Amino acid sequence: MTTAKPNSYRSGPDERGHFGIFGGRFVAETLMPLILDLEKAYTEAKADPTFQVEMNGYLKNYVGRPSPLYFAERLTEHLGGAKIYLKREELNHTGSHKVNNVLGQIMLARRMGKKRIIAETGAGQHGVATATLCARFGLDCVVYMGAVDVERQQPNVIRMEMLGAKVVPVQSGTRTLKDAMNEALRDWVTNVHNTFYCIGTVAGPHPYPMLVRDFQSIIGNETKVQMQEIEGRLPDSLVACIGGGSNAMGLFHPFLDDSTVEIFGVEAAGHGLTQLHAASIAGGRPGVLHGNRTYLLMDADGQIQDAHSISAGLDYPGIGPEHSWLHEIGRVNYLSATDDEALAAFQLLSKLEGIIPALEPAHAIAKVMELAPKRTKDHLMVVNLSGRGDKDVPQVGDILRGKSK
Amino acid sequence: MTTRIDTRFAELKKAGRSAFVTFLMAGDPDPATSLEIIKALPKSGADVIEIGMPFTDPMADGPSIQAAGLRALKAGMTLKKTLDLVRGFRKDDNATPIVLMGYYNPIYIYGVDKFLVDAKSAGIDGLIIVDLPPEEDDELCLPAMKAGLNFIRLATPTTDDKRLPAVLANTSGFVYYVAITGITGAAAADASSVSEAVTRIKRHTKLPVCVGFGIRTPENARAIASHANGAVVGTALVDALKNSLDADGRATGKTVNAVAELTAALAQGVKGAQQAAE
Repeated sequence: MTTAKPNSYRSGPDERGHFGIFGGRFVAETLMPLILDLEKAYTEAKADPTFQVEMNGYLKNYVGRPSPLYFAERLTEHLGGAKIYLKREELNHTGSHKVNNVLGQIMLARRMGKKRIIAETGAGQHGVATATLCARFGLDCVVYMGAVDVERQQPNVIRMEMLGAKVVPVQSGTRTLKDAMNEALRDWVTNVHNTFYCIGTVAGPHPYPMLVRDFQSIIGNETKVQMQEIEGRLPDSLVACIGGGSNAMGLFHPFLDDSTVEIFGVEAAGHGLTQLHAASIAGGRPGVLHGNRTYLLMDADGQIQDAHSISAGLDYPGIGPEHSWLHEIGRVNYLSATDDEALAAFQLLSKLEGIIPALEPAHAIAKVMELAPKRTKDHLMVVNLSGRGDKDVPQVGDILRGKSK
Repeated sequence: MTTRIDTRFAELKKAGRSAFVTFLMAGDPDPATSLEIIKALPKSGADVIEIGMPFTDPMADGPSIQAAGLRALKAGMTLKKTLDLVRGFRKDDNATPIVLMGYYNPIYIYGVDKFLVDAKSAGIDGLIIVDLPPEEDDELCLPAMKAGLNFIRLATPTTDDKRLPAVLANTSGFVYYVAITGITGAAAADASSVSEAVTRIKRHTKLPVCVGFGIRTPENARAIASHANGAVVGTALVDALKNSLDADGRATGKTVNAVAELTAALAQGVKGAQQAAE
């Protein structure tokens, strides 16, 4: 099968929400009118200059943007190759890139007159961002979170509750992110009239993958300007971790048509690709789940398989449909990092740069440790540091103490 | 092309009564017991049989049907075995319509063309695929219609008059009206709002309209059936099945009868209803 190279990698999706064969609107009829309404509201908002002005105000003064593009001098010296820059999304209010998208969706919900917000969350970063903006705008907030994740990401559960959100531990299935998304969809199908579903990643039925990508593209747009200011040119490579893939898509999308820029997405290889993992592109194939066609982990009968990652935010058996398309046409290289590699990167960045990363971007750092030494010293490499590691401190502390005994 | 579904609804219309439609999960609690249960349904008064295709992530289903799917998967059920189940049923019954209901991914992975050939030859008459709205008709709906299978559409309380023509465009067999906004087995269906909705749908189509979601008792079934061409019961039957299992979730001597008895009681409820005015 040959896939023709498009004139632009940035023109998707088509009007039916397709990126090549990926994406689409695979939802129950009950939800179909709602996603059509959302698409209409988004189209109108994009055409309304006051929407962007209002967003920009909150992005600057509430979120704290722009986030810095920071030269990681000691990491660069240690690895002895490419010049490494960190896009400091972990410095945003709420501690990750998730807030960029949530702000956009909450502004849409307000325009649509919806008073009740639901969300799914894995690591809890999207849940915290949603709870935060619901508190700010006086909206009811219900967050679905797999019971396993509630256990391993306690600090975020406590934060959400302090912010006034109701956190519902999901006991069905594997009790992780996939099941939280099922449960959020079940809530939405039940409470159609007053409820807005704030999806946290570039997945789900159209228009979500497009809308979340657009709200996250501020990451790549800022990076482009900042790199121009610092180095006077484009970066040579970009690296980001991928669960559903929203931080990666936000960084990558503005650079897709800059053909000199190498792009690397890093999936979670868990215990290793031949064992339990969460790398949908490396270990999956195209299927249909949660409203879109995309690469999924499944068995021969099309049943969805359990994912595994040390990082709750990457522990999902699928990936955003635009990533599946970028993989098939060969624009982005998808790699993977294991739990152990991520843990090593977590410690390295903490000790060399004084920045404790979340376990999710620690996967991206793990691949930087491989990629950077193979590149020359004038190679500019940008890593999306999508979240901070405070939430992971108890979990990683337990693991490290257990290991050192 | 006339299917068993068309024939059955024509017979019922002549008899002046509504259809009783049952739903159970294929392979629940195990493939052999599941076949016995499905064989018992027509004798107990089921007019149309819906068989669920087990899926790990049934987004529109409540806890009962989720658990039924997981029991079936644990017992080794696959889509291929679901087709075998229908083949087994067809050995003794060539009249009762069989509709497969579920989610798209297992069919997509099986291969749409191969699935349609195998489903038709197994004796399946129609498909209800929860996550394929009209916007995705190219995937399965249009090929299924070409293959001579009814593609039955779900209409819901959010399907307004503007949208109904799109929902009804490529459908056949019957229309399945989802009586509530919500998942299977949740709220109870309210007969008067159902009546209004069925009347609204009938302004757009000549197809029979069956109503499901939230019907649990013979009384509910009677009330709904008097406003529609059929009443669908799923969760209540799945619960009766579950309650007959042993502590490890295995079938007991009571399992087949537990489902058959509730089916008979519900069928009595439906048959007591006056056929909705045409």
